[in-house]
Amino acid sequence: MTDDTATMADPMVTATKRPDDGTRSTEVVFDVEDLDVYYGSFRAVRNVDAHIFKNDITAFIGPSGCGKSTVLRCFNRMNDMVPTARVDGSIRYHGWDLYATGVDPVEVRRKVGMVFQKPNPFPKSIYDNVAFGPKAAGRVKGKSDTDELVEDALRRAALWDEVKDRLKVSGLGISGGQQQRLCIARAIAMHPEVLLMDEPCSALDPIATARIEDLMLELKKQFTIIIVTHNMQQAARVSDRTGFFTTEVNPDSDTRTGLLVELDDTETIFSNPSDERTEQYVTGRFG
Amino acid sequence: MTVVDTPTSERDPVNPFKSTERGGKVDPIFRWVLRSSGVLVLAILALMVLRTTWAAWPVFASEGLDFFTGTLWSVGPSRSEVTGTYGAWPFIYGTLVSSALAIIIALPLAICTALYLTQLAPPRIARPGSYLVEMLASVPSIIFGLWGLLWFLPNVLRPVMNFLEDTLGQSFPPFSILFEGPVFGVSYFAAGVVLAIMILPIITAICREVFMLAPEGEKQAAYGLGATRWEVIRKVVLARSVPGVVGGTMLGLGRALGETVAVAMLIGASQRVGTSLLFPGDSMAAVIFNTFADGAPEAIWALFAIGVTLFFITMIVNILARLLVWRIGRITGDATV
Repeated sequence: MTDDTATMADPMVTATKRPDDGTRSTEVVFDVEDLDVYYGSFRAVRNVDAHIFKNDITAFIGPSGCGKSTVLRCFNRMNDMVPTARVDGSIRYHGWDLYATGVDPVEVRRKVGMVFQKPNPFPKSIYDNVAFGPKAAGRVKGKSDTDELVEDALRRAALWDEVKDRLKVSGLGISGGQQQRLCIARAIAMHPEVLLMDEPCSALDPIATARIEDLMLELKKQFTIIIVTHNMQQAARVSDRTGFFTTEVNPDSDTRTGLLVELDDTETIFSNPSDERTEQYVTGRFG
Repeated sequence: MTVVDTPTSERDPVNPFKSTERGGKVDPIFRWVLRSSGVLVLAILALMVLRTTWAAWPVFASEGLDFFTGTLWSVGPSRSEVTGTYGAWPFIYGTLVSSALAIIIALPLAICTALYLTQLAPPRIARPGSYLVEMLASVPSIIFGLWGLLWFLPNVLRPVMNFLEDTLGQSFPPFSILFEGPVFGVSYFAAGVVLAIMILPIITAICREVFMLAPEGEKQAAYGLGATRWEVIRKVVLARSVPGVVGGTMLGLGRALGETVAVAMLIGASQRVGTSLLFPGDSMAAVIFNTFADGAPEAIWALFAIGVTLFFITMIVNILARLLVWRIGRITGDATV
């Protein structure tokens, strides 16, 4: 991001709609402006405007196909993997445009980590799973350095006590909930600023889900978290702010384009949303 | 609430669970067909090995271990006993050297081609590319032999061999030995390079299949951790694919070891064990092909003995490959290997 084609624009953006109660940060991490995402000529998501605040948990909710995962994957440029995907508008990370020329997606992903829907540890030992990112980035020197980093990441992911005696066991040899926490440990071992979580609990049982939710509340002290969830209760339980996405049918074809209806404090979204569609969704009358 | 069982006398007298026509008769027939197909394959294999070994036995009995280590192959005229001297080492050596050379050249090329087709190439190149690779696999070996001998050898291989002789051949051991001149043309090297071209498609095709199976979730996870494309290929795709690549290599090696016509045309039919790759030699399959038509019965027995040896070499190679895969699986601790 040192390339001079990446422009620095107004780094001191602050919230317009955010009530400052003094306990939460008003620092904007991501500033999304008029974001459209296309797959080929099909517009999957349109006109997303959003602010993501530091050390918040921001939840994206909405019916299937509303583009919440698509938008999430724009924050660390994972959509680059889809050859036909294209992005209009801008996402600024502390003022830096993520899609400017000269931005290396590899560096973006080192600062913005990701946890996926299905736990996907590598078929390596627990230890090697956590050490994967830092080793690839050339950040660790020597065994004691790596040991320390692995222990720290596993502790922060609340997994250390369960696996400390079997670090050499395959990452696939532990339970699903443990695998997902291993994936979280693997992501935070890179010391990112942001964690993106794409329905991280949808493959887990309620007890494992509760543990991940507790963990998220712990992790937000150090990280900014954006979570996509199908589960409205989950959004209500863990998030500080909630964004509601929905779809609308395009008049000239039967395709659907997603859009962000509103993004506000979670309490407001669930008790007093400003848009009727949000109210219908959160009260269970739609979706 | 009371539970009342239907008394036996009031039940439908016809068994409702009686096997119907569909499952009752067809399943056993189907099972029988499959089982006999399996047995047939094993029977043919056993028959071949036994019959060949039996036919070759007089030569094995007369030569003993010298059959494998002797370097003199002098054919006798007898119809009933072994009068000649049969040392097959020059042929065993030629087969091993030309096949090894073929694998050394073909494997890296195949892996790179397959990686390109699966990981880098846009679909409009990847699809026709894959078809072309598979088409190359179906070119008959006599075509490779003809093309190799009449065009590839004089126009490409000879200049390359001259160059190797001038450079590596003038350097230091082992290269000065392996690339010692003079350049004859037909040689282990020529046979090995053409063999490499012949086995390239099959190894590429299998590597391609294996690389495509690399789990998308793991690739995404690696990208998500800030891995570069090269790191994803190395640490996810290749790491996952070792057993498959070894398997594909073994198929290629199997073809190289047994390849007959093209090698017979290019290796030079010399019974000297040449220390230089640029010298002519002979291979097991080639000597069978070249001499079976006008051999006396005892010479035919000796050719059978070569056949048996080739069969066992192929088998040993396959067992070694299995051991290799098994060992790699244990080291990486991969639950799925």
